[in-house]
Amino acid sequence: MITVRKVNRRNFLKTGIGAAAGLTLSFTVPESAKLKAQAGTGGKSAALNGFIHIGSDESVTLVLPKSEMGQGPMTSLSQILADELDCDWAKVRTEFAPVDPKLYGPMQGTFGSMSIRTQWDPMRKAGATARAMLIETAARKWGIEKSQCRTETGAVLGAAANQRMTFGALAEDAAKLPAPNGIAPKNPAQFKLIGKSVKRLDTHLKVNGTATFGIDAKVPGMQYAVVARCPVFGGKVASFDAAKAKAVPGVKQVVEISRGVAVVADNTWNAMEGRRALDIKWDEGALANLDSAGIRKMMQEQAEKPGAVARKEGNGSAALAGAAKKLEAVYEAAYMSHAPMEPMNCTADVRADGCDVWASTQIQTAAQQTAMQITKMPAEKVNIHTLFLGGGFGRRGGADFIGEAVEISKAVGTPIKLTWSREDDMTHDLYRPASYTRFGGSLDADGWPTCWTTSIACPSFAGMRNGIDFAAVQGIDDLAYAIPHIQVEYNKADPGIPTTFWRSVGYSQNTFFTESFLDELAAAGGKDPLELRRRLLAKNPRMLAVVELAAEKAGWGKPLPGGHGRGIAVTNNIGSFNAQVAEVSITQGKLRVHRMVCAVDCGHVVNPAIVEAQIQSGIVYGLSAALKGGITIKNGRVEQQNFHQFEVLRIDEMPVVEVHIVRNENAPGGIGEASTPTTAPAVANAVFAITGKRLRRLPIRPEDLA
Amino acid sequence: MASIKFTLNGKAQTVDVPAQMPLLWVLRDTLGMTGTKFGCGMALCGACTVHQNGQAIRACITPVSSVAGKNITTIEGLSPDSTHAVQKAWIELDVPQCGYCQSGQIMAAAALLAKKARPSDVDIDEVMRGNICRCGTYQSIRAAIHRASEIMTASNGAEQKGRVA
Repeated sequence: MITVRKVNRRNFLKTGIGAAAGLTLSFTVPESAKLKAQAGTGGKSAALNGFIHIGSDESVTLVLPKSEMGQGPMTSLSQILADELDCDWAKVRTEFAPVDPKLYGPMQGTFGSMSIRTQWDPMRKAGATARAMLIETAARKWGIEKSQCRTETGAVLGAAANQRMTFGALAEDAAKLPAPNGIAPKNPAQFKLIGKSVKRLDTHLKVNGTATFGIDAKVPGMQYAVVARCPVFGGKVASFDAAKAKAVPGVKQVVEISRGVAVVADNTWNAMEGRRALDIKWDEGALANLDSAGIRKMMQEQAEKPGAVARKEGNGSAALAGAAKKLEAVYEAAYMSHAPMEPMNCTADVRADGCDVWASTQIQTAAQQTAMQITKMPAEKVNIHTLFLGGGFGRRGGADFIGEAVEISKAVGTPIKLTWSREDDMTHDLYRPASYTRFGGSLDADGWPTCWTTSIACPSFAGMRNGIDFAAVQGIDDLAYAIPHIQVEYNKADPGIPTTFWRSVGYSQNTFFTESFLDELAAAGGKDPLELRRRLLAKNPRMLAVVELAAEKAGWGKPLPGGHGRGIAVTNNIGSFNAQVAEVSITQGKLRVHRMVCAVDCGHVVNPAIVEAQIQSGIVYGLSAALKGGITIKNGRVEQQNFHQFEVLRIDEMPVVEVHIVRNENAPGGIGEASTPTTAPAVANAVFAITGKRLRRLPIRPEDLA
Repeated sequence: MASIKFTLNGKAQTVDVPAQMPLLWVLRDTLGMTGTKFGCGMALCGACTVHQNGQAIRACITPVSSVAGKNITTIEGLSPDSTHAVQKAWIELDVPQCGYCQSGQIMAAAALLAKKARPSDVDIDEVMRGNICRCGTYQSIRAAIHRASEIMTASNGAEQKGRVA
């Protein structure tokens, strides 16, 4: 049951981006500035609920509780609201929501590919309810029944030809009505915007430099800061001498904060120069001798122990004994950086009367709680202003960079823009965890799998419950294949490197493992990889359908150019299904991915163009992590500093990506993280098809191909 | 501190900043023009691409003293109203996702097309491989450069036709 609440207008206004931010474009016009502008024209704006404000100038402002980091909710959520409201799409503008647990839930954030999945029902309801309030208002004015009214592109029409009132003319009175309960949203057959490739609302801002990202925030009196952090995880400042840093022109202050030493200057460059001149002695702490080889050894030891059982089917691992044919394999994944294009940053203004934070954040409530802890201020005094995110991929769910900015502003007493360098970003990420995972399998006399066992050693990065971290085992404990005996065990193996969710979370490594090992079982049993998946997914129609569609579109089984190979993989995550067929070649030891064919079923599609873009995006992200990248540790430090050491896919290596969407009216699934896990195993299985050599670690290294 | 004069988006500009300060931070912090983005600080990602006398350069490694007397164009000055052929093509194909790298992508593409009106895929690879996009919009970028090339060719054709008539 979803209740549409009326928003307290004064509270809403308070949280608009300050006019001082100097934003003048329609989609980020601060509410307060809009009011001023409208005051001149005698215009007013009325809130019909937490999501919809309608101005007397016919503008429709949609308030979005999700962050825009490229995955498209600014457009797709607006489509849902506007379709149900039946407003004029050309009049729609959007704002990012302030933190408001009553309106937007206790954990306000954008993660887990949940924007459409979680907002589909409430936003349809909010749009439909607001529309009902507008109709009710018009019906009362005309003295007719509501049932005699209809809506059309931003206006209510009555029975008589002259009965037509625009939403803008009705909104102020409509907002005074109690929100009715039980309003049914549209029948999907009536959708005008949902399901269409409506053009993105943010494109025009992103082609002329006017889109305001977190790093672009401007506040009067703002100073600029960078922070020197201990290069070793868990280390801290032993002592420091600020004299040389303070001698750098433009450097104003040097202050110690909980995470290191902050240099505050009149611009970012001078702050960076000041940091270079800082003399700091670090207490490197317990991890000063940690390295990747030691981490691997520790994880290996954990994977060899009996673990907490995450899943058991049939006789579990006992069924391995006495099997006709047995297989064993170890799969590994390295730590991985998110490396969004916009390095971490945050602008904070801590004053005696309150605190404002401007940030590209994925979790507004975490940002607010972090600022509340530091400032000791109540929630109503801590305002979080969400700007565009220059990529997130999970990294911006962390509030570490927000806490730093708030601490610095509190210490120096002025607004502060904290900027991380790329090196800061890469060496102080919250990484995708490394993993060491052992697999066992058995086949019957006909070559069909009978038993599957997995022992996972991986840090806990979502939280332990009954000895199991759900993120560490996902993609394995929910193995979709019909194999009679399955056992999945988990051992926590945490060397102390900070970790968090990375686009597609546990699936990002685990699906590579499972889809590769399934290919191993196919090869050992003399089965075609497609044939084996067909048989084991016979009772999973949506998964099977994307496998069949991808195989068909890729021409599975048809001749390929010499030296080329195909591989297939499939994932069911975030409520969606996708299968990919990779076509690759290896020339002089260099792997080239030529073509990726993806079939995806994400249920009811709101915007097919955005779905296609997200599938492409996820594939590129998956390819970067499969073919490049990889974080290694030496002396407790990350060895990679910038994009020359942590390489990512560039345009000259981009394969042709083909996306085929299965359209249906099932509940919407997620899309932002759908395709990422499927890419690496499809590629690795294609390499096996060429070389007969199995790739069992991520990232794939050149020597693994030889 | 030095007083450095250059032309920025067609207007005379004087800044008093350290000579070694990269153009990127002069644009972003001193002049408040934030369309040009910081991505790596080492000319590895292309997010800070601007034009110097029509050539694409990386503002993050360009000392401001080196642009004295030169013409600098940023994304804000590429066109007054987002009507450069590259911007038109980017809008038509909805290229950006997060959008953070797109100022640099657009400036790099515009410089490429100014030099080579009909670039091949290899030409595009050669130039655009300097610009990273973590959202993976590469396929759309390639298509949009070809589309921008068509738009430019069509409008040049129309202009020539106009002159003949």
